[in-house]
Amino acid sequence: MDLNLKVWRQAGPDAVGRFEIYPMHDVSEDMSFLELFDVLNEQLETRGEEPVAFDHDCREGICGSCAMMIDGRAHGPERGTATCQLHLRKLTDRETITVEPWRAAGFPIIKDLAVDRSALDRIVEAGGYITAPTGAARDANEILVAKQASDAAMDAAACIGCGACVAACPNGAGQLFTAAKYSHLSLLPQGQPERFTRVVSMVEEMERWFGSCTNHGECEAACPKEISVNFIAMLNRDYVKAQFKNPALSGQRH
Amino acid sequence: MKTLQDLTKTSDDEAVGSTRRPTNPIRRFWSSAVGKKWVMAVSGLALLGFVLVHMVGNLKIFLGAVHLDEYAEWLHTLGEPALPRTVVLWGMRLGLIAAFGLHIVAAAQLTRMNHKARPVRYQSRRDYVAANFASRTMRWTGVIIALFLLFHLADLSWGTTNPDFVRGNTYDNVIASFERVPVAILYILANIALAIHIFHGSWSMFQSLGWNNPRWNPIRRYFAVTFAAVIAVGNISMPLLVVTGVVGK
Amino acid sequence: MAISLDAGIPSGSIERKWDDYKFSVKLVNPANKRKFNVIVVGSGLAGASAAATLAELGYRVTMLTFHDSPRRAHSIAAQGGINAAKNYQNDGDSVQRLFYDTVKGGDYRAREANVYRLAQVSVNIIDQCVAQGVPFAREYGGLLDNRSFGGAQVSRTFYARGQTGQQLLLGAYQALARQVRLGNVELHNRTEMLDLVVKDGLACGVVARHLVTGAVRSFSGHAVVLATGGYGNVFFLSTNAKASNVTAAWRAHKRGALMANPCYTQIHPTCIPASDDFQSKLTLMSESLRNDGRIWVPTTPNDVRSPDQIPESERDYYLERRYPAFGNLVPRDVASRAAKREVDSGHGVGPIQNGVYLDFGSAVDRLGREVIEERYGNLFQMYERITGEDPYKKPMRIYPAVHYTMGGLWVDYNLMSNVPGLYVLGEANFSDHGANRLGASALMQGLADGYFVLPATIGAHLAPLLGTEPVPIDDPVFRDAEANVDAQVHRLLSVKGTKTVDHFHRELGKIMWDHCGMARSAESLDEALTSIPALRDEFWSDVRVLGENESFNQSLERAGRVADFLEFGELLVRDARHREESCGGHFRVEHQTEEGEALRNDDDFAYVGAWEWTGEGNTPELHKESLTFDNVALAQRSYK
Ligand SMILES: Cc1cc2nc3c(=O)[nH]c(=O)nc-3n(C[C@H](O)[C@H](O)[C@H](O)COP(=O)(O)OP(=O)(O)OC[C@H]3O[C@@H](n4cnc5c(N)ncnc54)[C@H](O)[C@@H]3O)c2cc1C
Ligand code: HEM
Ligand code: FES
Repeated sequence: MDLNLKVWRQAGPDAVGRFEIYPMHDVSEDMSFLELFDVLNEQLETRGEEPVAFDHDCREGICGSCAMMIDGRAHGPERGTATCQLHLRKLTDRETITVEPWRAAGFPIIKDLAVDRSALDRIVEAGGYITAPTGAARDANEILVAKQASDAAMDAAACIGCGACVAACPNGAGQLFTAAKYSHLSLLPQGQPERFTRVVSMVEEMERWFGSCTNHGECEAACPKEISVNFIAMLNRDYVKAQFKNPALSGQRH
Repeated sequence: MKTLQDLTKTSDDEAVGSTRRPTNPIRRFWSSAVGKKWVMAVSGLALLGFVLVHMVGNLKIFLGAVHLDEYAEWLHTLGEPALPRTVVLWGMRLGLIAAFGLHIVAAAQLTRMNHKARPVRYQSRRDYVAANFASRTMRWTGVIIALFLLFHLADLSWGTTNPDFVRGNTYDNVIASFERVPVAILYILANIALAIHIFHGSWSMFQSLGWNNPRWNPIRRYFAVTFAAVIAVGNISMPLLVVTGVVGK
Repeated sequence: MAISLDAGIPSGSIERKWDDYKFSVKLVNPANKRKFNVIVVGSGLAGASAAATLAELGYRVTMLTFHDSPRRAHSIAAQGGINAAKNYQNDGDSVQRLFYDTVKGGDYRAREANVYRLAQVSVNIIDQCVAQGVPFAREYGGLLDNRSFGGAQVSRTFYARGQTGQQLLLGAYQALARQVRLGNVELHNRTEMLDLVVKDGLACGVVARHLVTGAVRSFSGHAVVLATGGYGNVFFLSTNAKASNVTAAWRAHKRGALMANPCYTQIHPTCIPASDDFQSKLTLMSESLRNDGRIWVPTTPNDVRSPDQIPESERDYYLERRYPAFGNLVPRDVASRAAKREVDSGHGVGPIQNGVYLDFGSAVDRLGREVIEERYGNLFQMYERITGEDPYKKPMRIYPAVHYTMGGLWVDYNLMSNVPGLYVLGEANFSDHGANRLGASALMQGLADGYFVLPATIGAHLAPLLGTEPVPIDDPVFRDAEANVDAQVHRLLSVKGTKTVDHFHRELGKIMWDHCGMARSAESLDEALTSIPALRDEFWSDVRVLGENESFNQSLERAGRVADFLEFGELLVRDARHREESCGGHFRVEHQTEEGEALRNDDDFAYVGAWEWTGEGNTPELHKESLTFDNVALAQRSYK
């Protein structure tokens, strides 16, 4: 198939960027979207032009490196699919495909399509963990976790940290990422002791970098793991609850 | 060497939201976007209640002047004899003013925060999947409601924009106002905006309050649609039937 | 260099070695731990768990990773699960059995003492992970669930849906993140280690390049820990993440660390075949598919009919035919070689005849579509997404692909390389899997190394260094290493040739796969030993790397890695050439039984082959650590 790739080119963080159009001839429908970029880059380099910078690694939809805004959608038109798992056969109806980097204050552009998503790490550092220093753990089966609870935690934990939720959100909010990480830990019995301090620190860190949630639901639609906005409700609820909790009494509630 | 920390901005003035949090618990809660959204939801809920009750009361217009005027008078005497006349009414008014105030201030501050969160917009057209017209126009429908509210007060509470206004004659005032075609259209449009606002707001509020249980979640959407539809039909029926002459003096 | 390959295995019975060791090893007093700086390179399971644990103990840790976030390390992609000798299923598992299975599965080329320790700490890993909030699969009653995995007769594999690696890595990453916020770990992401610095025989730091700015910078510490993953990408096409590479290990090798058993490469039988030349990587499909799928090819070569046109009588279920006892469930290496044999003899299927069928037709008839959907639904979905074919209608096409590398830098019982102060963990070292790794054991090893082994053994090196300051980074050893890195980068940029980096990588991959892949012969290996240096020369005279050093330059990153693969690949082939036997992931056609099975030579090759770098253009020198088996009897594997 033939198509035009309209790609955002930007030499560096502060450089002025613009779209370039690259005609691609005779590409196979079996190609993945990133392989299309591999081919483009080979062509560019052979012509003596600098290749397009873009993040990628596993190409299996699990590492969360790949990140492209494809025709106005984070990770492109296929639901529940990261850019690296998108294949051209799903895009045969298009003549021109427009690709730009994810845009958010918390995701400064590094070059072309590559952005810096360290802000997501900052949110985890702020409280996205269970304090369990190595060696102190008791036997794994002493902690019972109902299957449904464990499954729900896993639904949240499936987040790959790609940042599509931020990219897709009309407000540039990081709520779905934060909620997924938060809910994963706070749905499990192991996560209870730190639950209410965790929610406050994660939310406050999130708000340094990202916008606020107005419940559009674009995040859920863009998420390659289809993580539910229900987790956002959970985060919001616990944040409010946390205001009224006296941590000194947490030992009493069981 | 320039580290990644240099590349990502860390300075407080550049951050999207608050970085230094106040210690006073109320101010700290208010400093957070999640906190503000909670305030919006609670105030929105209060406003929803008001809108509904307000509508139900006003629908007495179809029962005739006596009923409507009686109802209006009842509002003023609510709480008597335990409390002096209009105390309860003023209490409700103050509550409403506070709800509107908090709702609007929070909306304004969150909107600013959201603009800061994406200083450079997407350069190609977005293709929205889940966000709908209602969710994306909240701030505009909100502003329309606020402006309309001022007009509505001037029209039917203070009478400044209503030449035939006679304090206490609620029924006549309403009919006189709605009989003017432009005013009727204005009421209809404003209530369409209100319904759109409610369509998203009365779903969104569940999320903001964290009222979430997968078993009941589907009902949230029905609730929102029904609520918006009821308000739209009820509120629009009044100016519509008056301006078309079905209901009148 | 006079090198002694003393693994330092503690004396005493195998059950007591680790406990005795922990009692006798020198400790660093808690207050003194802050005085030591440890550099950890790599944030996969091994690196992240080590860095977090060392920081919890009180050491100051500097963490480098070339990824933009520690959570993106290749460990994230592991699907199947992690083994542990918990015996929660009451099916007869024990430390002893896991130990035995691992040594046998490794075709008797692993060090007994290390493997035993691995089996011992495996149980602590699960406890640790659960405490951190890893959402392992559960039974309805709330207890942990297990599944069984290839090469074992017990159910000892813990899993979190098909994302076990992800969940384990997130656990370690979160522990690391906590230490970052506490200020105990200094995190440098998008920072690639490009040289190891050694002073007076001790590893004292690394030199790294920041991938966004190109700035080259030194890091100095009392010990350096490499947890930089495997080198499967020397084959270009593999199931590894695109960025996985050998650079850190190779540069350490060039500074004196020995590279052990590089020829042991694991080929996984069930991957989706390449669809064309643009193919950038291969995707693994879980091995569990072989439980219900039947593997076959058309009996007539070059049969291009669509599979439903081929009648039963013209299908060759070659595994069932050749291995009636195990059928489609023969071990990974056996299944892989059998598939290669079919494709090589013209029986391959698919548009470019590079696969074999894995057919669920009879399973669907027998069990119903629902059962199959429940067991394999998401795998079928993944297959369809990639190939555009519906496996319910058309048999899947599969082919083996490079998956894991058992070889790596040589380490002793302490996980320290022969360069004192340089530790190597995870897939980057050679230690515990011998010539073949069992499914679900890599995650176990990475976490054992990082959470439990290194934190205990590193004291032996650090305690005597108390009171010494790390070598200052303006010391000439650092200056030289920085100049070395600068020179390499500029050399790559100045070739200004005509062919892209990927071109060379692909070519190298082809040589490796064709001549040193699933089946190797003296002839093919000799050929590779001439074609690799030729390709390397061509690389250095004709590679085209555009752009500059001072910006985010992904071609430049890759060029450095491919340059190292071009050197390392030759060593891998050399190791394969010297090992005149077949064992595990190393199959020499000259050494097979009459049935075509791998034939070990325990008399001459029961050793670890560790290679020493002797300078550019010189033949590397082989050192041997002989392996003794006191607790497991050597036996030939048979799956008939
Ligand atoms: C598709 C697939 C599925 C698998 N499934 C399983 C399974 O089910 N069970 C199982 O037990 N095993 C499985 N494995 C194997 C297992 O995933 C790996 O062996 C293991 O995760 C390796 O972990 P590691 O910590 O050693 O290295 P990695 O996770 O590869 O991490 C390497 C780290 O080093 C860093 N690094 C490398 N070089 C440099 C440098 N020069 N400078 C700075 N940083 C550097 C990288 O940034 C990265 O952080 C699977 C492997 C694959 C490919
Ligand atoms: C009777 C009048 C009103 C009612 C019943 C109402 C109701 C609501 C409700 C229920 C919400 C959802 C809150 C949430 O998501 O938690 C909401 C949101 C919102 N309202 Fe109103 N509102 C009214 C008036 C206004 C006015 C006057 C404005 C602005 C000038 C306004 C601006 C907004 C905005 C911008 C939002 C979205 C905020 C966000 O999600 O961040 N509203 N409203
Ligand atoms: S490249 Fe790993 S998720 Fe796409």
